[in-house]
Amino acid sequence: MDRVKGKSLTGAEIVVRCLQEEGVEYVFGYPGGAVLFIYDELFKQDKVRHVLVRHEQGAAHAADGYSRSSNKIGVCLVTSGPGVTNAVTGIATAYMDSIPMVVLTGQVPTHAIGLDAFQECDTVGITRPCVKHNFLVKDVKDLATTIKKAFYLATTGRPGPVLVDIPKDVTAATCEFHYPGTIALRSYNPVKKGHAGQIKKAVQLLTEAERPMVYTGGGVILSNAAPQLTELVRLLGFPCTNTLMGLGAYPGTDRQFLGMPGMHGTYQTNMAMQHCDVLLAIGARFDDRVIGNPAHFAQNPRKIIHIDIDPSSISKRVKVDVPIVGNIPDVLDDLLKLLKNEKPRDIKAWWKQIEEWRAKDCLKYDRKSKIIKPQFVLEKLYEVTKGDAFVTSDVGQHQMWAAQFYKFDKPRRWINSGGLGTMGFGLPAAMGVQMANPGATVACVTGESSIQMCLQELSTCKQYRLPIKIVNLNNKYMGMVRQWQQFFHGNRYSESYMDALPDFVKLAEGYGHRGMLVEKPGDVEPALREAFARTNELVFLDFITDQAENVYPMIPGGKGITEMILSEDL
Amino acid sequence: MTRHIISVLVENEAGALSRIAGLFSARGYNIESLTVAPTEDASLSRMTVVTSGSEDVIEQITKQLNKLVDVVKVVDLSEAEHIERELMLIKVRAGQKDREDMKRMADIFRGRIIDVSDNTYTIELTGDGRKLDAFIQALDQAAIIETVRTGTSGIGRGNRVLRI
Ligand SMILES: Cc1ncc(C[n+]2csc(CCOP(=O)(O)OP(=O)(O)O)c2C)c(N)n1
Repeated sequence: MDRVKGKSLTGAEIVVRCLQEEGVEYVFGYPGGAVLFIYDELFKQDKVRHVLVRHEQGAAHAADGYSRSSNKIGVCLVTSGPGVTNAVTGIATAYMDSIPMVVLTGQVPTHAIGLDAFQECDTVGITRPCVKHNFLVKDVKDLATTIKKAFYLATTGRPGPVLVDIPKDVTAATCEFHYPGTIALRSYNPVKKGHAGQIKKAVQLLTEAERPMVYTGGGVILSNAAPQLTELVRLLGFPCTNTLMGLGAYPGTDRQFLGMPGMHGTYQTNMAMQHCDVLLAIGARFDDRVIGNPAHFAQNPRKIIHIDIDPSSISKRVKVDVPIVGNIPDVLDDLLKLLKNEKPRDIKAWWKQIEEWRAKDCLKYDRKSKIIKPQFVLEKLYEVTKGDAFVTSDVGQHQMWAAQFYKFDKPRRWINSGGLGTMGFGLPAAMGVQMANPGATVACVTGESSIQMCLQELSTCKQYRLPIKIVNLNNKYMGMVRQWQQFFHGNRYSESYMDALPDFVKLAEGYGHRGMLVEKPGDVEPALREAFARTNELVFLDFITDQAENVYPMIPGGKGITEMILSEDL
Repeated sequence: MTRHIISVLVENEAGALSRIAGLFSARGYNIESLTVAPTEDASLSRMTVVTSGSEDVIEQITKQLNKLVDVVKVVDLSEAEHIERELMLIKVRAGQKDREDMKRMADIFRGRIIDVSDNTYTIELTGDGRKLDAFIQALDQAAIIETVRTGTSGIGRGNRVLRI
């Protein structure tokens, strides 16, 4: 990389040079007064390409989707004040799922800060609780180092979004440019290797286990540890589950995979989580949607081994017996080395029990229905895309069905907002996914309510020719809300009906895309085939689905992991 | 619920205090008191947070503090021998007839009178929180005009040190 040594650059030039040095391909953004100098510099070069979204929330989600679906880092750029506040939902979404991302924000000039200037907001204050770290750069001399720190912090340790707030006068001021090659922070030293003694203890527990279970989360995906995980699970012959954030870490089509755990997890997985005697948790955090009520979970004694990069994730909701803090691939490598010389116990009896649970076929649904069942659409989506698509989703029933019925065999293929549960995530995230994976098949599974939250991005998709396939499961309800109201609020469907829906076909056409309305089960597969054959076009598939369908199994809020409502119970 | 004194070395950066205070409020941890000032190394500040919670909560507090990028080191002082001190300035009524009594009271608690007017004394008192509480209790409540306390500072005993 060439260096502009000794030459004075403006802050705006420095910002762009830093992005080039980091090898950033795309910046997702939206201009405004405070970032005009930066936009001027973007204009003058062609290494870093700018993607103009239609709302700053879309910029953050797109950068996020770009990160999730690749091993690269998403960057977004927004102006001060409303630019920032619009982006906050996207930043918080990335934060909750530990997604690396760098957010550059414009700020009013340093002399105006604190004076309620036009489009001023306390960006560092507003975003502090939803970023891994943030900076306000007050001196152009600190700009390059700060941006370097932002990339370093975002991508190392437990990843997360890092924000750099840059006042307008700093982008106009000049100084010599030097981009540091590496950075060291005395207050920040993420661990790599796990503690050898703890790893030995884990090996012992695993080899002696009679009813073992492997439970992994987003950490395995984020740390690119899927190959090691797969090797480990196969070596041991243990049953395995991946959380909503961890799907694809272990092949979803493999026999040893029991399905997702938790509120809408499979019967066999939740039963195995509760009744195992040794639980190996990797890059997962025992959150409320996974283990349900912790007191109920604690009723069955089991030994827990927990591997995570973040010590604060360990023993937060559930007390752990063997904590191992470290970078997951490193720890799994060490574990594998030791386990290769061990012989685990025979667990045939445990598998027999699991197969009995599995035989309940907890995801069954009415296949003879005259109305399109949403589950059917997802099964067909899986078939038509040969299980090899990138699938983003919004939030609601469709998200859970996608997670249950699309079997992900590879990591970084399933892109959803698990932590914050942000409706509106799916479409802009799909844009980032498509940018990061040109030529790949990208589907956005959504609902008629969620899609309307970032609908404006259809225009961005047109501008950049992103051939995303939108699979809209249109049940005319905020289905997940309706389901809760049916179960827990006496069928009072308060404000969950989506009235006055647009004609989605015309709407897609209005944006210059193709729209398809699908109303009959028999048309589902042909429609999907036609849509996915159109590899250069965005197609909006509006599937009119059963309004009354619910997601099963379901653990009601506050209940134990085995207290599931099954479809057969009703 | 036990009381803990947590000492934190943080980068002396703008916003470091709000990150720590924000962490406590966002996660619903108690703060009994919080003090902060730069150390002999101007690039570092030292914070003393007095908090209370179950062992699990205290463990989370130290882990969450360590997770903050600006935080260099965290020590739970109450895990071992330590000294804690707090400074109080208290303004009391001290007219002609009760001046002597007030002076004697300050002496008993090893307080110092640092400002005098016709009808007031301002007394400076250091000690642990309980001693300061005891002094306030010992006074005629009507005599107290104003109090200000710094919150607790703490340090480990002997060879126990917190530095980088
Ligand atoms: C921004 C936002 N607002 C509100 C919610 C609460 N919420 C969760 S699911 C849901 C309904 C989603 O409806 P739809 O997109 O039609 O999907 P469906 O459940 O019908 O599949 C709502 C309102 C949310 N998750 N995100």
